[in-house]
Amino acid sequence: MSSNIYEGAVPVSVLKDTDVYRHTIAVLVDNEAGVLARVVGLFSGRGYNIESLTVSVVDDDVQLSRINLVTSGTRQIVEQIKAQLCRLVPVHTVKDLTDEGPSVGRELALIKVSGTGDNRVEALRIGDIFRCNVVDSTTDSFVFEVVGTSEKIDAFINLMKPLGLAEVSRTGVAAIARGSSGMEDKASPKPKAKKTVAKKVTKAKAKTSPKRKSAVKKAPSKRTKKR
Amino acid sequence: MPRDTLEGRRMNGAKILLKALQEQGVEVVFGYPGGAVLPIYDEIFKQNQVRHILVRHEQGAVHAAEGYARSTGKVGVVLVTSGPGATNAVTGLTDALMDSVPVVCLTGQVPTHLIGNDAFQEADTVGITRPCTKHNYLVKDANKLAKIVHEAFYVARSGRPGPVVVDLPKDVVMEIGAYSTAPRGIKRQQHKTYRPAHSPDPASIEAAVDLMINADKPLFYTGGGVINAGPAAANTLRQLVKETGFPITSTLMGLGSYPASGKNWLGMVGMHGTYESNWAMHDCDVMINIGARFDDRVTGNLKHFSPNSHKIHVDIDSSSVNKNVIVDVPIIGDAGVALSAILKLWKERKAQRKAPSKTKALKAWWMDIEKWKSRDCLAFRQGKKTIKPQYAIQRLFELTKKRKTFITTEVGQHQMWAAQFYRFDKPNRWMTSGGLGTMGYGLPAAIGVQLGNPDGLVIDIAGEASILMNIQELSTAVQYRLPVKLFIINNQYMGMVRQWQELLHGGRYSESYTDSLPDFVKLADAYGMAGLRVTDPAKVDDTIKEMMAIDGPVIVDVCVDQKENCFPMIPSGAPHNEMLLGPDDDANRTVSEEGMVLV
Repeated sequence: MSSNIYEGAVPVSVLKDTDVYRHTIAVLVDNEAGVLARVVGLFSGRGYNIESLTVSVVDDDVQLSRINLVTSGTRQIVEQIKAQLCRLVPVHTVKDLTDEGPSVGRELALIKVSGTGDNRVEALRIGDIFRCNVVDSTTDSFVFEVVGTSEKIDAFINLMKPLGLAEVSRTGVAAIARGSSGMEDKASPKPKAKKTVAKKVTKAKAKTSPKRKSAVKKAPSKRTKKR
Repeated sequence: MPRDTLEGRRMNGAKILLKALQEQGVEVVFGYPGGAVLPIYDEIFKQNQVRHILVRHEQGAVHAAEGYARSTGKVGVVLVTSGPGATNAVTGLTDALMDSVPVVCLTGQVPTHLIGNDAFQEADTVGITRPCTKHNYLVKDANKLAKIVHEAFYVARSGRPGPVVVDLPKDVVMEIGAYSTAPRGIKRQQHKTYRPAHSPDPASIEAAVDLMINADKPLFYTGGGVINAGPAAANTLRQLVKETGFPITSTLMGLGSYPASGKNWLGMVGMHGTYESNWAMHDCDVMINIGARFDDRVTGNLKHFSPNSHKIHVDIDSSSVNKNVIVDVPIIGDAGVALSAILKLWKERKAQRKAPSKTKALKAWWMDIEKWKSRDCLAFRQGKKTIKPQYAIQRLFELTKKRKTFITTEVGQHQMWAAQFYRFDKPNRWMTSGGLGTMGYGLPAAIGVQLGNPDGLVIDIAGEASILMNIQELSTAVQYRLPVKLFIINNQYMGMVRQWQELLHGGRYSESYTDSLPDFVKLADAYGMAGLRVTDPAKVDDTIKEMMAIDGPVIVDVCVDQKENCFPMIPSGAPHNEMLLGPDDDANRTVSEEGMVLV
């Protein structure tokens, strides 16, 4: 007797994987009072991990908000997080951007570096390499605006540390799937489970490490709540 | 009033609320008045359609609504005031959430302009109840009130049922707004975002039947989901068990979906489940879980839980699947629909099951089960002097089984003995606090059950410690002439606490003995109801008969053996096949450190 999986179910072998992966999940919700508290309360109440969370209205006419969140956990935990999110009444759609085909994620950061002399020149030069905008300047400080992947921003911050890093403000990740279909596009075929890269993180380094190992993983989950 | 003329009619919020309740078919509301809900109580006074039952504590109101809901299949409704009214309801709401009981709880709130100002009797009800409800609403506009109430009922009863709070600021129930009628027909099922699963994926059914056809040691493991899916689902389950010939066990919440008198019945599973059902869970090769959620009271140590089985899991809530136990075949949908689909496919394919090897395997599996059954794990020795609690419940069952009997319980040893010795043949007859384990559940729940089933014989099998947690509800029972019977298994200890202290904490009975208990017979008298006491085993039958003969609420104080423990028992952290069978069995067992930290 084989472990008999029908299409659509997450295979047991995948769920038993004890490695921790980072997932970016997009959630479309009704823009109503308390909806963010519901999502955040779910994570704190069940002990899930939030690495980054952004939320903003995306459609004023129908009062729809989008929450992008980055979380890490074993596959079992990530599946559980998605199912729990789907269960919330004001949630329209839950989409695992890491699992369902390729996606892009960007973050904006404002980074204050203070110092004079060579350090100041070096900071400006590196800022140039990272295509930063300087949005504020005094004779002994810069505020850089840097846009990119979380890794790029991590890298920039690390470079600024010896040069007088004073303050960091990051927006968190805004992410979107590649391709022509929208998040709630029913007609469009769902991206087939191609090889996508889920970032594998070791438990100890889950939150802070700039060095992130990659592991190629299949994305078998299809559990999305459709409108 | 006809529906057409109702739509858009202008009236005050309180009237809108009452009209919406009437349109939802609400017959009974359990509540307690207070400042913030006075306008609503004024409206209740002016109408006759919705009956209000005045409880004595808001927790009792929610449990009564739960009892009403679970015995009738309808949504239970609660009305409480702001602040302490709402916070007192929180335990009941959490209980309803854990046990998936459809309840709509209407809470008063201070006027909108005072919200956030620490006003008198203000509490952040929506904030407090967010994690203990399925969903909650704060109504800020009387024009939206009717729509929100209709939606609250839809959310409470659909999918996996649960409690929903509607918080009603006083100014909103006093201002004038337009009524909107409940959506009908196809629209009724179309919520903007909330669309629970109903029909499972046919591929999942096929995969499940595949596993079942090829099973050598199959086992049905059913739970409260079958009860929630309605009596038709229980019927389908009975047919399926008959067709397949597989053994069946059930969780605490699922008792009654398959009759305890049925020949494939193994008894309850779990920490205090029967020896045969726990061994069957451990040894089976295909486990068919229908509407149960692999609760830790059932699985015990997850590392050793049913190590060699393929697992099928039917659940309407996808977040229950793969939460505690990773399963091979998840089936997301209504238990009744899934059972019908499985039954249909099984009938089509059962020829494949005729192979001699399969018949032989199932026969061998039943022989294993008979061997376990022969251990007679529920045996007890009733002497001549003191009443054994098991005996009292066994006699209660024998003497009441021919009536339309509903049993509620509190929480503790008596609850487990009730589950073991009261044998349920029908669904919706058994009301107990399973998930949350709320002491004080049984009496108010019995009140709710009796209101929903005026012709039923409603008995709360209680413990003397639990019953005191909501004893004030006796007054409610007397006021409404509800003939509920309280069958108190009185051992003067918090029995389950005492048992754990004996088995796990070296017999140091820290604070588990209750001194200065009330005289329950006099207490009954004080409330204006009948009180009986029995201490002699020979008089148990007569006392039960006397209790049944009294046309009104009765307390029966059954003074039982103080030292009796509830067996069988799987100690914390132990696998299913290492259960304790009785007092002589635990001599050489020590509970591991790992097990000690578990509850």
